[in-house]
Amino acid sequence: MHDLVPLTALGAAEARIDEFAGLTIREIPDIALASLAICHGKKAGFQRAVKKALASTLPAPGTSITTNDITLFWTGVDQWMVEAPFASHEDLAAHLSASLKGNASITEQNDGWARFDLEGPLCVDVLQRLSNADSAGMAAAAVTRTAIDHLGCFLICRTAGQHFSILCPRSGAASLHHAVIAAVHSAL
Amino acid sequence: MSDHITSAGRLAGGLIDRKQDYSFTFDGKRYDGHGGDTLASALLANGVRLMGRSFKYHRPRGVLSAGPEEPNAIVELREGAFCEPNTRATTAELFDGLVARSQNRWPSLNFDVMAINDRFSNFLTAGFYYKTFMWPPKFWEKIYEPIIRHAAGLGRLSGEADPDCYDKGFLHCDLLIIGAGPAGLAAALTAGRAGARVIIADEDFLPGGRLNAETFNVGEMAGATWAAQTSAELNSMPNVTLMTRTTVMGAFDHGIYSAVERVTDHLAEAPEGKARQILWRIYSQRAILAAGSIERPIAFANNDRPGIMQAGAVRAYANRWAVAAAPTVAVFTNNDDGHRTASDLAASGVTVAAIIDIRADAPAHADAEVLAGAVVTDTRGRLGLNQIKVRRADGSERWLACGALGVSGGWNPNVHLTCHQRGRPVWADEIAAFVPGANGPVGLSSVGAASGVFSTAGALAGGSAAAVTALGEIGIKAKTGSLPKAEDAPVKIAAFWHVSGTARAWLDQQNDVTVKDVKLAHQENFKSVEHLKRYTTLGMATDQGKTSNISGLAIMAEIAGTSIPEVGTTIYRPPYTPTAIGAFAGRSRGPSFRPVRLTPSHKWATEQGAVFVEVGMWMRAQWFPRGSETHWRQSVDREVLATRNSVGVCDVTTLGKIDVQGSDAATFLNRIYANGFAKLPVGRTRYGLMLREDGIVMDDGTTARLGETHFVMTTTTANAVGVFRHMEFARQCLWPDLDVQIISTTEAWAQFAVAGPNARKVLERIVDPVFDISNEAFPFMACAEITVCGGLRARLFRISFSGELAYEIAVPTRYGDAMIRRLMQAGEDFDITPYGTEALGVMRIEKGHAAGNELNGTTTALNLGLDRMVSKTKDSIGLVLSQREGLMTDDALIQVGFKPVDPLQPVTAGAHLMTIGDPANAAHDQGYITSAAYSPIVGSSIGLGFLKNGAARKGEIVRAMNPLEGQEVMVEVVSPHFVDPQGERLRA
Repeated sequence: MHDLVPLTALGAAEARIDEFAGLTIREIPDIALASLAICHGKKAGFQRAVKKALASTLPAPGTSITTNDITLFWTGVDQWMVEAPFASHEDLAAHLSASLKGNASITEQNDGWARFDLEGPLCVDVLQRLSNADSAGMAAAAVTRTAIDHLGCFLICRTAGQHFSILCPRSGAASLHHAVIAAVHSAL
Repeated sequence: MSDHITSAGRLAGGLIDRKQDYSFTFDGKRYDGHGGDTLASALLANGVRLMGRSFKYHRPRGVLSAGPEEPNAIVELREGAFCEPNTRATTAELFDGLVARSQNRWPSLNFDVMAINDRFSNFLTAGFYYKTFMWPPKFWEKIYEPIIRHAAGLGRLSGEADPDCYDKGFLHCDLLIIGAGPAGLAAALTAGRAGARVIIADEDFLPGGRLNAETFNVGEMAGATWAAQTSAELNSMPNVTLMTRTTVMGAFDHGIYSAVERVTDHLAEAPEGKARQILWRIYSQRAILAAGSIERPIAFANNDRPGIMQAGAVRAYANRWAVAAAPTVAVFTNNDDGHRTASDLAASGVTVAAIIDIRADAPAHADAEVLAGAVVTDTRGRLGLNQIKVRRADGSERWLACGALGVSGGWNPNVHLTCHQRGRPVWADEIAAFVPGANGPVGLSSVGAASGVFSTAGALAGGSAAAVTALGEIGIKAKTGSLPKAEDAPVKIAAFWHVSGTARAWLDQQNDVTVKDVKLAHQENFKSVEHLKRYTTLGMATDQGKTSNISGLAIMAEIAGTSIPEVGTTIYRPPYTPTAIGAFAGRSRGPSFRPVRLTPSHKWATEQGAVFVEVGMWMRAQWFPRGSETHWRQSVDREVLATRNSVGVCDVTTLGKIDVQGSDAATFLNRIYANGFAKLPVGRTRYGLMLREDGIVMDDGTTARLGETHFVMTTTTANAVGVFRHMEFARQCLWPDLDVQIISTTEAWAQFAVAGPNARKVLERIVDPVFDISNEAFPFMACAEITVCGGLRARLFRISFSGELAYEIAVPTRYGDAMIRRLMQAGEDFDITPYGTEALGVMRIEKGHAAGNELNGTTTALNLGLDRMVSKTKDSIGLVLSQREGLMTDDALIQVGFKPVDPLQPVTAGAHLMTIGDPANAAHDQGYITSAAYSPIVGSSIGLGFLKNGAARKGEIVRAMNPLEGQEVMVEVVSPHFVDPQGERLRA
């Protein structure tokens, strides 16, 4: 077991939490991510393999499916992202590479993205100042790609109107966090 | 206080909050007002009629309107950096402590020396500056124009940065309703009750529109009460958003509208963190324009004195703000609506001097004398109206005393938003005005006064019906329900635009355009409505001619003997009302202009005191100052020497990393790169050269083959996104038959270059022992997936940008900080030295490696001396066009190195090269220097650059010149490989 100590995307040992009246913003570093892309002509085999490996069907464009504690969401034509708890799935990409072999190309994205969760009734007011996504109209499990503070992000609705996750490029996490906090002060 | 003037001129009633007392200043004098006042209503209540000076002639002007169309009462609000010029007093919401000043006057509003311009009005007619200041020609730019600009104009900018912050935001709805008057409120109520997602926006702080300015009942209650009750019901609906202080200012494609919400403009001080204004982009399925209408004045001689106002505005001040424009008021009208002003004023106890109605068959009035078939021909009162001259139908003339005159020439529907996508309004004779045409924005319908329906009952019915129709189109069922009873008077109007005469009659009061100016434009053949606008400046001021455009073109039609629709209108464009530039910028300003990207070692580098540089959006360490170093060169020289003599480490995470997988991945890369990749063995890395379709070099980098179907490509930092996009295009559009999947992994891996003769020794302390990284087992250009520090997955590449024995090691980004600290620890006894982008640059120039300066979008593989890399035995993007005859000439630019003949002289990037003995001019240009640095290894400045036929000119001395700054240095043409030309070090 190696002894290297990880940092969160905001550059600290502990995940950042910001609390406001009606809204909590949490940095969520403990997720593992892997991107899946179907190999040419292997859709049927891929679907079967995903069903077997993740006990899940494939979410349609703009949606996600959460089974147990693993979430699959659509990211592009024939592409999905898998999100799982880091502690138990740090090797998610390697694991999926083995189980989906020949049907999909898997790429480790654990640290490609930083996740921030917005939770509370003020969510939509804040997101309306950040993104052109229709956050007020998003149902639970809806996902969209959207620009926030000029950064290409994924916006995942966990609970309609109440709980959203923003996945942003990890290197831009500090800027995104700054933009979110500025929007909160504007919306409060 | 002696200068404290009380507001004694209030009437009873109104919608102001008399319990809320506000104190404010105008031009330094203190006044009182109430909650619900605008600056204009509060000034009128204090008896202040003079509020500004006109643009050109500096004529005294008072308030004309009670709304956003105001041309005259244009003031500066607030102080210091917060000062905002050109603000309409009619829409500025009063708050306690407001500081307002008049503008465009000196030394004071009452006595303005520039009013001398008015005496020279014969010389200052439309287009005077095109004719008057012709000679001598060179005087225009330096003398005439500055003087004219100084004399004209409105407010002044503070010259300081805007201290407020602004937001941008995005809203979505089924139905957007623009305007919260009777039509808009009825539409919102219908749509809201049907469960649709509704946004209703109004620029006023009080919803209700004209209902707040009139005395009509809606149902059994006052119109204003109905508006308040309806607003309350709308606010209680979770599916309805009622936005006040929000101007919908533009209609764009696909149902998108822009709106500015003034969040804190009505507060003395913005709460910390609050945006002053928010620019909303509203995505709507359908939209309803219920923006009301604007009353137009009639032009007559000296019709611009303070006290002469729209009749509807006089009524609005009395009914909504409980302010009489003056104790005695006259009305000049061509329609029945003007008579309402007389009725409401009389009911409020104001004396109505007379109703001057141009119509011979004007109706009688219970409370005022009606002068039928009469017109106003002149006025008196230096700083405010005190008399009007009336010419009766029989030709007799008389002067009438009055302090205010309400003028009504009819009402113009606010068609602006229907024209933002080049829709044309159509003329409606029955109301003598333009109404929205059929070719407006898709999904936008118009109701109420905005559509030419001026009765309250018509507005309520039209608004509700339009909501049912709009929602029906998007599959939402709604019903009109029962509507409250309301006035339903017909429009009775006789079109009338101006009273004939020889004195100046004002059309566009903000830009000082008169009826005579329109006549002059016609006389000089500027007859097209667009020419009329440019020649006279009619409608070009901050009010965009809201009270003048239609009258101006009606007069042009009259002079030209054509109809008004034949003359047509100019094009309306966004924004509908003036908008702060800050609102368009939002948060994108100063340090937040764009996000920054931080490297995995950023925290550590900050602790080391690194000096950072922006590279694209990345913040990269440029150098790491140590101890007594006071100049960047000292740091950079030390970093270069430490790396070349022992070992250095550099964060190279910023280079783009693209994961390429699939059974056709090798074939794909073989087509993307100009050199061969099909046969690259697993476990090896290769330098690749990528061409654009036109044969010019696009990017370069190394690609490692981690498995039979798995490659990792690196790109330059600057081109990471462009290369990825290029590859996606190729994958999806050029070769969709290939089995290849690509995705960026730039962010996922922290990557460090470890370079120098001791690099391997350092890495051996980190790489887990099961992996052999000896020169034999892991030679130059090897790559592998390994583990480090007891089991952390990592990737190791033996590649070198510095020319030294070098590796790049990648670990998951979250461990990047720990890895740089571990590398520093492991290399401590080798004096391992972190180096920044400057040292990186010096070492790559010493090695002759091309970078962004050389891959500048004009250079070919031949220019870079890499033409042999372009494989002719396979097809690749750019191959064919890279072989163009014109690119392959004998004297093509070839990359070479340069050393100064005198080692103390600098080599300067950007310098152009001239052959000794040739004239130094563009015709004899031999090339240019692209990169230069001081090399501590060579002991002088060195450079890379492109020289005609450069490969054959080594040893020649050429002139490196910058004629603009008079610089010239003699440089020797040398090999671009200043260090280890045989590459022995990197293979050691």
